[in-house]
Amino acid sequence: MTTRYTKTHEWVRLEGDIATVGITAHAADELGELVFAEGKDEGTEVTSGDAVAVVESVKAASDIYAPVGGIIKEFNTNLSDDPTLINKDPENEGWIIKLKVADSEELDALLSAEQYAAL
Amino acid sequence: MTESLLHTPLYNLHISLGAKMVPFAGYAMPVQYPKGVMEEHKHTRQKAGLFDVSHMGQLRLKAKSGSVEAALSAFETLVPMDFCGLAENRQRYALLTNEQGGIRDDLMVARQKDDLFIVVNAACKEADATYIEKALIDECIIERQFDRALLALQGPKAVEVISQFFPEAASMRFMDCIMTRYEGQDITLSRSGYTGEDGYEIGLPAEIAESFAKALLSHPDVEPIGLGARDSLRLEAGLCLYGNDIDSTTTPIEASLIWAIQKARRPGGARENGYPGAEIISKQIQNGTKRVRVGLQPEGRAPVRAGVELFADETAQEKIGIVTSGGFGPTFGGPVAMGYVQAPLSEVNTQLFASLRGKIVPVTVHVLPFIPAGFKR
Repeated sequence: MTTRYTKTHEWVRLEGDIATVGITAHAADELGELVFAEGKDEGTEVTSGDAVAVVESVKAASDIYAPVGGIIKEFNTNLSDDPTLINKDPENEGWIIKLKVADSEELDALLSAEQYAAL
Repeated sequence: MTESLLHTPLYNLHISLGAKMVPFAGYAMPVQYPKGVMEEHKHTRQKAGLFDVSHMGQLRLKAKSGSVEAALSAFETLVPMDFCGLAENRQRYALLTNEQGGIRDDLMVARQKDDLFIVVNAACKEADATYIEKALIDECIIERQFDRALLALQGPKAVEVISQFFPEAASMRFMDCIMTRYEGQDITLSRSGYTGEDGYEIGLPAEIAESFAKALLSHPDVEPIGLGARDSLRLEAGLCLYGNDIDSTTTPIEASLIWAIQKARRPGGARENGYPGAEIISKQIQNGTKRVRVGLQPEGRAPVRAGVELFADETAQEKIGIVTSGGFGPTFGGPVAMGYVQAPLSEVNTQLFASLRGKIVPVTVHVLPFIPAGFKR
């Protein structure tokens, strides 16, 4: 299972037709300690680039964008109690949202780990 | 970072401390250091935080006659504050008003032996200096000291730290402002700040600013603090940010700053009126205003930030106010905000509603400040 990345610092992992989305360690570090996270409602249909969640630090709110199109299946409700899970473990426990992907080939257009690291 | 940004005398120190630099009022300023906004905020409330506020404008206002009373009297024609009644080495919060009663800038003004020491906002400093200079051209001379550094040391440990350099600091009261010496140089030292904590502001020549800042930072209780925490600290303290919470379209009365207008300048006072916009402001003191600035506590965890609209009920049909500052209060432990609401809805505990990303969030009018002030009165 490979992880793909966006220029806007999201990561995405596909399992079957479910994509798990979060933000990269680099992004979590840049944002600093998070105080709030919230996903768009389940069932919302999105295309790649749409805002699917928001994370907030003391000083600012940042949108999280869908790396691929699909339907929002689940928000990581653990983040409601502890948004700092994103700071502690951004690419595992701190995942943000799951999408049911419409077209898995959309992932091919995203960055590899090497390409993201080179940004 | 564009090359055109100005640097304060502490620029190199910020870089060496690992600060993230951002453009602010034409300067490259530290928004945070590696510890981050949350830690920096808490450290300031618990121990002592060092802020570089050298981007702010330092001015000296002197009467041509040399009489400080003449300078105070002249300055009173620009602000609704009592300066003739201010004792030597005392500082006062002031507002430059315009003809509409709006606020041109908010500033700190101290009476010294022979002149006034004034600190104004960075973005307004040249405009303020020019305005004061022109308005008082017959009586006063203004000296721009924009090349001097200004540091703020804020927090409960500030007194202990600063007393190692200035033993007289410990006996100063909140809003005392004195001239002293350090390494043979003239220093302004005031017991004030903008975090809601006890603390000091130290004005000093640029060439000794870095070595002095390093000396302060060598104390184990002192950490450098960036603009991010400066904003969350002043918000919890219920203090206005010029450009957000107050501006040329808000009057001191609308901004709930009537406490800053002393009795002598209010209707019926010994020197009532006699400043720009006095007619409007005096009328508002007597009759109230349609809108007022209040503290706001959003329900839940979501910060409600500047620009969010406020409503009287959940249907969100009729807009009754707007948030002008908002974020997360690390010491308060939840989201905090300030904004303007219709006067009848401004009582503490009034239930209002914010429209946040298409959702309705209950918001309660909260007393300001959000946390008790730590000033040494």
